[in-house]
Amino acid sequence: MSAPVVELVGLTRTFPGPPPVHALDGVDLVVRAGEYVSVVGPSGSGKSTLLHVLGLLDRPTGGDYLLDGVPTSTTSERHRARLRGGRIGFVFQQFHLLPHRSVLDNVLLATLYSGVPRAERVDRARAALERVGLDHRVDAAPTTLSGGERQRVAVARAVVTGPSLLLADEPTGNLDSVSSAAVMDLFDELHASGLTLVVITHDPVVSARAQRRVRISDGLLAEL
Amino acid sequence: MRRRAAPVALEDVLELAEAETPPPPPPPRRRRWWGRPWRRGDGFDLRDLLAEGVASVGARPGRLALTMLGTVLGIASLVVTVGLAQTAAGQVGRQFDAVAATQVVVRPGSVLTQSGEERATGRLPWDAEERVERLAGVEDAGALAAVDLGGAPVTAVPVNDPSAPAAVSPPVVAASPGLLDAVRGRVVTGRSFDAGHDARADRVVVLGARAAERLGVGRVDRQPTVFLGEVPYTVIGVVDGVQRRTDLLDAVLVPLGTARADLGLAAPEELQVRIEVGAGPLVARQAPVALDPGSDDAFDVEAPPERSRAREAVQADLNATFLALGAVALLVGGLGIANVTLLSVLERRGEIGLRRAVGATRRQVAGQFLVESVVLGLLGGVVGASLGVLVVVGVSVVQAWTPVLDLPTAFGSALLGGLIGLVAGAYPAVKAATVEPITALRGGV
Ligand SMILES: Nc1ncnc2c1ncn2[C@@H]1O[C@H](COP(=O)(O)OP(=O)(O)OP(=O)(O)O)[C@@H](O)[C@H]1O
Ligand SMILES: [Mg+2]
Repeated sequence: MSAPVVELVGLTRTFPGPPPVHALDGVDLVVRAGEYVSVVGPSGSGKSTLLHVLGLLDRPTGGDYLLDGVPTSTTSERHRARLRGGRIGFVFQQFHLLPHRSVLDNVLLATLYSGVPRAERVDRARAALERVGLDHRVDAAPTTLSGGERQRVAVARAVVTGPSLLLADEPTGNLDSVSSAAVMDLFDELHASGLTLVVITHDPVVSARAQRRVRISDGLLAEL
Repeated sequence: MRRRAAPVALEDVLELAEAETPPPPPPPRRRRWWGRPWRRGDGFDLRDLLAEGVASVGARPGRLALTMLGTVLGIASLVVTVGLAQTAAGQVGRQFDAVAATQVVVRPGSVLTQSGEERATGRLPWDAEERVERLAGVEDAGALAAVDLGGAPVTAVPVNDPSAPAAVSPPVVAASPGLLDAVRGRVVTGRSFDAGHDARADRVVVLGARAAERLGVGRVDRQPTVFLGEVPYTVIGVVDGVQRRTDLLDAVLVPLGTARADLGLAAPEELQVRIEVGAGPLVARQAPVALDPGSDDAFDVEAPPERSRAREAVQADLNATFLALGAVALLVGGLGIANVTLLSVLERRGEIGLRRAVGATRRQVAGQFLVESVVLGLLGGVVGASLGVLVVVGVSVVQAWTPVLDLPTAFGSALLGGLIGLVAGAYPAVKAATVEPITALRGGV
C-alpha cells in the first residue's frame, strides 16, 4: 500500500446560516498516492466544498485534514499558499483562463508562484502544452480556443509544476463527448504515470474511468 | 484538433506501467513527465511582480487609455501651468530688465518738520549729471526740474491780446544735456541741446512730440520760435520715444543753464540715471556720495532690486496660483485611477481566485494590483508630461515667447504620476487581497 496523500478524519464544513448548511458532515476519506478517485453525487451534496477543502482553498470547520501526512488545520495562510502552488493542481469546470493573456502565459502563471526556476519556466510550459497537444497554439488567445482545447490548457497549467495531487471539479461539465474523451485520456495518462487524481463529476462515463468511485450525498461519503 | 503528442505519450506510459508492475511501488515524488524536480527554485520576486503587472496593464489597451486619461490630463495641466508660469515669469523678468531694472532716480531727501512742512535735507548740484556719469555702471544721466513761469503763457506766437482766452500752456522743464539719453528719448527732427547751449545759457528749446503738435511746430529747419511769456526761444528739435518720465513728451525743454540764468531756477529737482543691468545696488550706494560727499541721507534713491530677487518674487506669485490648479487636476486623476482599479478588482475576482489557487498569497495579489496602478500612474505621468511640454512649447511659439521649463519639473511630474498611482492603488490592492478564493472561483471568470 502506498502512502496516503489525502487523509480526512471526521471532516465537517458548515456554512453559517440562518439556517446553517452542513455541506460536509463528518467525512472520512483516505486517498493514496497514485489513486484515481471520482466523486459523484447530486447537486448541492457538497462535492465542490470537499474539493475546495482538499485544495486548501477553504478551511474545514471541524475534523482533520492531513496532506502528505501533515495536518493542515494549524498551518499558516502563507504555508497553505505554498502547498497550493507546489503540491496541488486544479482543473475547473469554467476553465478559468485569463482571457487577455496568451495560452503560454496562462500555463506560465502556475510556475510563477510555485518556485519553478525562472530559466526553466518557459521550457516546462511549452513541454506541458506539447503533451496536451496544443504546442501549435501557444501564442493564441484562450478566447479563440474551443472548450476542449481550453480545458487541455487548464490541465497543462495544473500539472506544469509537478503537483502530487490533481483536483478537478466537473472538468467535462462544459464539454461535448469528444472533447470530454480527450480530457479523460489525459487524466488516464497522468494517472498511469503516477499522479494522484480526485475528479468530481456528474457524468457516469467520466466516473467509470476512475479506479475508485465514491459517492457523496447530504455531506456524507460512501464508497461505491 | 491535433493529436500528435498524445499517442506518443501513451506508449511511453504503457512501457512505464509494464516495467513497474507488479507490485506497483509508491511512485517517487516528481519523477514524472509533467514536472521534473528542480534543484534551486525561484520564488515570486519583484521581477515577476513587475512583469505580471505590466503584462496585465498591457493586455487591455483600450482600458489602459481610458484609465490613464485622468492622470494624463492632471499631469499635463500641471506641467503646462508650471511651464507657462515659468515662461511668463521669464517674460516678465525680461521686460522688467529692459526698463525698470536699468533705471535709477535720485531726488533730494526730505524730512517732515514738527510744524508738518516738508523740508529738503539735500540739494542736487548743477553738475549732478557729470558727477554721476563718472560712476561705474552708469550709462547716461540727466538732471531735470520743473520751471515755474509764474503763470506766463507758452505760445508759438507773441501774445498781443491779453484779453484773449489763454490756452493751457505746456509745462516747461529744465533739462541737462544728458537727460534725453537717460530717459531713452529719441530726436525726431532737428537736434537736442548740448553742453555748449547749457554753459552759454542759450535761448533754445527742444519740444516733446505732443507739445510740438499742440504748439503747431512741425519742422525746425526754419528755426521756429516759441515764447516763454514774452521771451522768444528758438526751437532746435523735437523728441519722442521717451520711456521714463513720459510726461516730458508734453513739455517744452530748456537747457538747465538757461533756466538757471533766465528763469530763476533754484536747483535741479531730479536726476534720471540709466544704468547697466545689475548695477542698481552699486549705483544706489555711490550716487549720493558722488553728489554730496559730506552728508548722509541727503538724497532719496530709487534703484531696482537685484534682478534675481525681482524675478523670483514674480515667479512665486504666479506658481502658487497655477500649482493649486494643477493639484486639483491631479486629485481628479488619482480618483480616476482608484476608481478604475477598484472596478477592475471586482471584475477580475475570478483571476484573483485563480492566482490564489495556483499559489499566490494575499500579499502577492495585493502587490500585483498595486504595481498595476503604479504602472498606470507612471504611464499617465510620462504621457502627460510629454503632452504638457508640447503645449508649453506650442503656446510659446504662438506668443513668440521663449519656452522655459526646467527638466526636474518635467521628470518629476512623470514620477509624480507613479506616486499618484501608488496612493490610488492602495485601497483597491487591499480589497483584492481580501477576496476569498472560493467565492471568486464559484463566480467564474
Ligand atoms: N459560501 C457558502 N455559503 C453558504 N452555503 C454554501 C456556500 N457554499 C456552498 N454552500 C452550500 O453548501 C452546499 C454544498 O455546495 P457545493 O457547491 O459543495 O455543492 P455541489 O455538490 O458542488 O453541487 P453542484 O453539483 O451543483 O456543483 C450547498 O447546499 C450550497 O448551497
Ligand atoms: Mg459543484
